[in-house]
Amino acid sequence: MNYTVDDKGYYGDFGGAFIPELLQPPVQELSEAFALIQKDEGFSERYKALLKDYVGRPSPLYFAKSLSAKYEAKIFLKREDLNHTGAHKINNTIGQILLAQQMNKKEIIAETGAGQHGVATATVCALMGIPCKVFMGEKDIARQAPNVARMKMLGAEVIPASSGSKTLKDATNEAIRYWINNPYSYYIIGSVVGPHPYPEMVAYFQSIISEEIKIQLKEKTGLESPDVIIACVGGGSNAAGAFYHFLDQDVELIIAEAEGHGLQSGKSAATTVLGSTGILHGSKTLLMQTNDGQVIEPHSISAGLDYPGIGPQISHLVQTNKATSVTIKDDEALKAGFMLTQTEGIIPALESAHAIAVLEKMSFKAKTVVINLSGRGDKDLQTYMQHL
Amino acid sequence: MSLSKLFEQKQKNICSIFLTAGYPNLEDTVRLVLELETAGVDLIELGIPFSDPLADGPTIQMSSQQALKNGMNIKLLFEQVELIREKSDIPIVLMGYVNPVLKFGMDEFLSRCKQLSIQGIIIPDIPLEEYTLNFQAAFEQYEIPFIFLITPNTKVERIRKIEALSNSFIYLVSTSATTGAAKGFNKEQLAGFEAVRELKIKAPLLVGFGIHDSQTFNTVCNYFNGAIIGSAFIRHLSNGGEVKHFVEGIKQPAIAS
Repeated sequence: MNYTVDDKGYYGDFGGAFIPELLQPPVQELSEAFALIQKDEGFSERYKALLKDYVGRPSPLYFAKSLSAKYEAKIFLKREDLNHTGAHKINNTIGQILLAQQMNKKEIIAETGAGQHGVATATVCALMGIPCKVFMGEKDIARQAPNVARMKMLGAEVIPASSGSKTLKDATNEAIRYWINNPYSYYIIGSVVGPHPYPEMVAYFQSIISEEIKIQLKEKTGLESPDVIIACVGGGSNAAGAFYHFLDQDVELIIAEAEGHGLQSGKSAATTVLGSTGILHGSKTLLMQTNDGQVIEPHSISAGLDYPGIGPQISHLVQTNKATSVTIKDDEALKAGFMLTQTEGIIPALESAHAIAVLEKMSFKAKTVVINLSGRGDKDLQTYMQHL
Repeated sequence: MSLSKLFEQKQKNICSIFLTAGYPNLEDTVRLVLELETAGVDLIELGIPFSDPLADGPTIQMSSQQALKNGMNIKLLFEQVELIREKSDIPIVLMGYVNPVLKFGMDEFLSRCKQLSIQGIIIPDIPLEEYTLNFQAAFEQYEIPFIFLITPNTKVERIRKIEALSNSFIYLVSTSATTGAAKGFNKEQLAGFEAVRELKIKAPLLVGFGIHDSQTFNTVCNYFNGAIIGSAFIRHLSNGGEVKHFVEGIKQPAIAS
C-alpha cells in the first residue's frame, strides 16, 4: 500500500485540488515552487538552521517515567510543546515563510482555530518583515484570548470570521475568499488540508517530528521504531508529521479525534466515525455532512480540533486501516490534561490532551509508545480553570 | 428552448440572471423564474445553496444560508424545475458547489437534469483537471454540458484546452474576486476583456461577477455575447424589489458618457 501522494495530488481516493478557476494560477505557482525547494539544498539548510536556532529544535523525546508506571508501558512524549510559540505549528510556518520569500510574496494570510497556527504565522511574518492577516472564527477569538493578544502584539491583523459556526471552518472559508480576491498574497495553510499541494507540503514541513523521533528513540532505546504512535487530529498536521517516517514500517498509528459531548450528541468533531467522503476547502476527504451534503458544524472543547474534516492523507490512512481512530470526549480530554499535569508536571494543550486520553481507553502493556505532545496548555488555562 | 438554439438566435446582449433556489422563500423559485422569463431574461442560472460557498461574496452567502434554513435541497430543486417546465421552456443551467451534488449522486443528478432539459451545469470548485479525471465520462454519458469558467488570468494554453472540451458557453469571470465584490470595470479589466476577445474563442462567452447595472451590462456585451447577473439581483430581491423593474433597469440602453 502506498501512503504518499500520487502525481494527480491524491492519496488513494482522497485529495485532489477542487479549487475555483481564480485560484488555479496561484496554486499552480505554489506547486512549482514547492517542487523546486524540495531539491534545493540551500533551502533545506536555511529551514533547518531556523528550526535549530529560532524554534529550538530538536524538541526532546522525553521518557515519561511516572506516566509509564501508571499505564505499564514505555511512554515517550515528543515535546512539540517546547517549541518557540508553544506548538508544532511553527515547523510548517517556518517552511512556508521561506517558500513565500523565495516566491517574492509581499503579503501573508492564514486561518487559525486555537490560534496556535495564527501565532506561528504572525511570528514568522514578524521575523521576516512581511505583513500578515489572520482569519479567526469569532467564537475562537472569544475562547483563545491570549493567542489573539499575541498575534496582535506580533503585528498581525486578526480578522474575525462571523459566518457559519464562527470557528476554524469559517475562518478557512474567509481566508480562501480573501485569497481569491487577492491571488498575489501567499496563503499559509496550517494543517494538512486544502487543495494539493498543501496536504503534501504541510506534512513535508512537519515530517521533522518523525525524523527526530527516529533518531532520538534509537539513541534512548536502540529501537528503530516504536510499537505505537499516538497523535491528536483536527486537520491532522501533527499526526502527519509524527507518522511521516514510519508509514512504511510496522507501527501502530493511532489518531485521537475530538468526540465533543458524544458521538450521538450532535456536538462532536469525530470525523472518521461521523463523516463520509465529501469535498471541502479544496480536497476530497472524510467530512461531517448532512444527507444533503451540507457541512455539519462541529463541536470540540478544543478549538484546534473543532473542524468538520480531516486531511486527505489521514482519511486514506484510516480507510486502509493503517491508522486507527480513537474518539475522546471533552471531559476525557480535560481529565487527561489534569492527569498529565499532576503526573509529569506538563500542562498540555487541550488538543494534545486528547492524545494523552487514549492511554485510558486502550492497553499498551509493555509496549513502546510515542505520544506527540503537539502543544502546551497556556492558551487553555481559562478552560481548564473552569473545570478545576 | 435549448441553449444552442438561443445562441443561434441571439449572439449579443444575452441576459442571464442567477438566483439562489429557495430564496427568499422556499416556494419563490418557480414564480421568480417565470417572472424573469416574462421580463425578457434569456437564460436562468439556478443556484443550489451550499453551507460553505467559498467562491461567493456576502450577498450570495446570505441567500444560500437563508435558502438552507428554508429547507432547500437538490431533490426539492428538481421538483421546482418540474413545475417550471409545465409552463416554460426557458433555458436553465444549474450552478452549485460539488459537495451537495456528489452527496446526491452525480449519475442521478445528471439523469434528472437530462429529464428536465437542464442546459448545463456550473460547478465552480471543479476545475479542468478534476473534471477530466473524475467527471467528464458522466457528463458525456448524459449529454449535459459542463460549463467551464475562465478568468482574465487564465493562461492561453489552458483556455485552449477548455475551449476544446466545451460544448456550451464559457463563463468568463470578469475580475479576480468573489461574487458581488467588484464595483465597476477599470482599465485593467477592460484590457483583460480585450485580450480574451482577441483569442476568438469558438464557444459563446457570458461574463459574470461585477455586472450590476445597465452600464456594466452594456460594457461587457460590447465585448462578448452576454452577461450573468447574480448578487445585484439577490440584493434587489432582499430589498423587496420587483423582478420586472430589475430586468428593465439592466436592459435599458447605455447612457452615453
